[in-house]
Amino acid sequence: MSEVVSNHYLEDLLKTYPPQHTTSALPWLRQLRTEAVDRISALKMPTTRDEEWRFTDISPLTEVPFQVAQTIPQLQPAEIKYHYLQEAATRLVFIDGQYASALSTINNDSGIIVGNLSTLLTSYSAEIAPHLGRYASFNDNIFAALNTAFLHDGAVIIVPKNISIAPPIHLLFIATQKEVTSYPRCLIVAEPGSHVTVVEDYIAQQEVAYVTNSVTEVSVADDAHVNHIRLQRDSHQAFHIANCTATLAHASNFQSINVALGARISRCNLNVQLASEGAECTVNGLALIKEQQLADTHTFIDHIKPNGTSRQLHKCIVDGASHAVFNGKIMVQPNAQQTDSSQTSRNLLLTGQAQVNTKPQLEIFADDVKCAHGATVGQLDPEEIFYLKSRGLSGLAARNLLTYAFGAEIIDRIPITSLKNQLEKAVLEYTQSAEP
Amino acid sequence: MINQNSKPLLEVQGLHATVNDVAILKGIDLTINYGEIHAIMGVNGSGKSTFAKVLAGHSAYQVTAGAVLFDGKDLLALAPEERARTGVFLAFQYPIEIPGVANSQFLRLAYNTVQTQRGKDELDPLEFDDFVREKMKLLEMNPDFLDRSVNEGFSGGEKKRNEILQMALLEPRLNILDETDSGLDIDALRVVANGVNQFTNNDNATILVTHYQRLLNYIVPDYVHVMESGRIIKTGGKELALELETRGYDWISAENSATEGAVL
Repeated sequence: MSEVVSNHYLEDLLKTYPPQHTTSALPWLRQLRTEAVDRISALKMPTTRDEEWRFTDISPLTEVPFQVAQTIPQLQPAEIKYHYLQEAATRLVFIDGQYASALSTINNDSGIIVGNLSTLLTSYSAEIAPHLGRYASFNDNIFAALNTAFLHDGAVIIVPKNISIAPPIHLLFIATQKEVTSYPRCLIVAEPGSHVTVVEDYIAQQEVAYVTNSVTEVSVADDAHVNHIRLQRDSHQAFHIANCTATLAHASNFQSINVALGARISRCNLNVQLASEGAECTVNGLALIKEQQLADTHTFIDHIKPNGTSRQLHKCIVDGASHAVFNGKIMVQPNAQQTDSSQTSRNLLLTGQAQVNTKPQLEIFADDVKCAHGATVGQLDPEEIFYLKSRGLSGLAARNLLTYAFGAEIIDRIPITSLKNQLEKAVLEYTQSAEP
Repeated sequence: MINQNSKPLLEVQGLHATVNDVAILKGIDLTINYGEIHAIMGVNGSGKSTFAKVLAGHSAYQVTAGAVLFDGKDLLALAPEERARTGVFLAFQYPIEIPGVANSQFLRLAYNTVQTQRGKDELDPLEFDDFVREKMKLLEMNPDFLDRSVNEGFSGGEKKRNEILQMALLEPRLNILDETDSGLDIDALRVVANGVNQFTNNDNATILVTHYQRLLNYIVPDYVHVMESGRIIKTGGKELALELETRGYDWISAENSATEGAVL
């Protein structure tokens, strides 16, 4: 039944396919889109019968006629200013998927190529072509295929060799309209020896239903270092599907922090390939959800070459009747000797109705490696709550403080003070549940 | 200090309490006046720590009979946080560690919550920092403890000092110290005891729950009570603690059963 619906959904989506996409002046882009459209025709919307989607029923997404935004509202800086990060020197703002140049600030003093995709495609096609669509495979991923087929704008960041950009680059995606789908695309290329911090930030201007289907591709060249912070604070009626792929070259370093607070249903796939020797990654995640929310995180860390290091800590704080899913796979390929990998999934259930499915997986095909993984699911400790109450804190304040403490381990790793403070405040005020 | 004119702060009458339907407290009667220091001693399992937790309002313990008046008002009707705000403070035998919350943040939150409830002004982080550092000096505490997570990685002595620091900040009327001396070496014991002595006065009263007489060399009690099987079986002055140190608890126990036998 849902399959029939789903396929109609995809057919209907393709009927809205913008004709100008097939007549792009850039042959490589035309070809990329055509391949993606072909894959959409061959793929189906996933159902809970698919192993990768067992716990996440995406069918509600297909019940609403989501389309690309026809008109884009003009937002005044005053309306969105409080989302700005004071540390950022470059800020790209997108409204319902379209670039808003009036709200954006670009600082490219250091020779960095940074800006919105549709503008940069005209002047930097040769720099973008070798990367765009080369890391995020859409062969068996319907959402990545849709994003690629419909892609028309997003962010491009290419950091030249040996350049370090200290201030973070803030990519701010603002949803303002209901029943709209946006296909944000981000490309982050760190050339050898370069260093950059990027914040990919999704927010909602109103509590309405819409779809964000994003793809982010990160290429970290030899000895380069990328800090990637992804913050999903969508409307609680929204659907958020994210596919993020990072490819790590020799002795490079990728630090990823994913925070999911919003959306009715969110799914984040993070795929990190340690494609060359001595690459290092740290993958941190925090899902903080309540009421009827569902947050699903699938990560895949692929150790392909020797001497790689990966560290992963994923935490879920699950309140109300919400549901968190974590599926973390670590693969150590036969070649990847001397791999050092650890993975931890920690989960805090705040109510009896809240639910967590966690599945850390380790697949090792090399014989000289150091790998550890584990998962815990727990509740707030009544002794800890009593301790705080005995110091005068109300039951709610005590629970919020302990919840905050649980999430702080991830939030403290965010290297941007203003963002850290924003999130600390959000977490401290998050829990609404009365005592069980 | 015993003062004939002082009012009762705590009046415990026939207090019975259970945990998981097992009776632990079986009729405690105790009156504590402002300014007094009472030591409660007894062997393990005599119910002394349970008594401390019942006074603080721990939800694992059910009061099945009796009454507790705090400054003339029904203490048992109050939630733990209300008891704290009205002036009951329990220094924990095993203080809880809270990784991820800075000690300064926790102390300020507790201080400001209690201040607000008492109709006083909150302190902002800078004002609080000055205030707490003064108190820490009295406890010979390193200010670095403000930046660390609450009790995380603290030694036994540091945890107990942190408890007394909270007592100093919250200015309770009833200090209940549950085995504060356990796990302390002699230097730490002296520092903690000095701290307690600085914060005890005629506007508050103190209950010392302890196993050993040694703490009482530093904090001199006005009364010593011996608990056994959930009741106070003997009350004396500070010399009773010394007698317990030399003779143990058995003789009181025997004396008590003899008395009970006579009554029956």
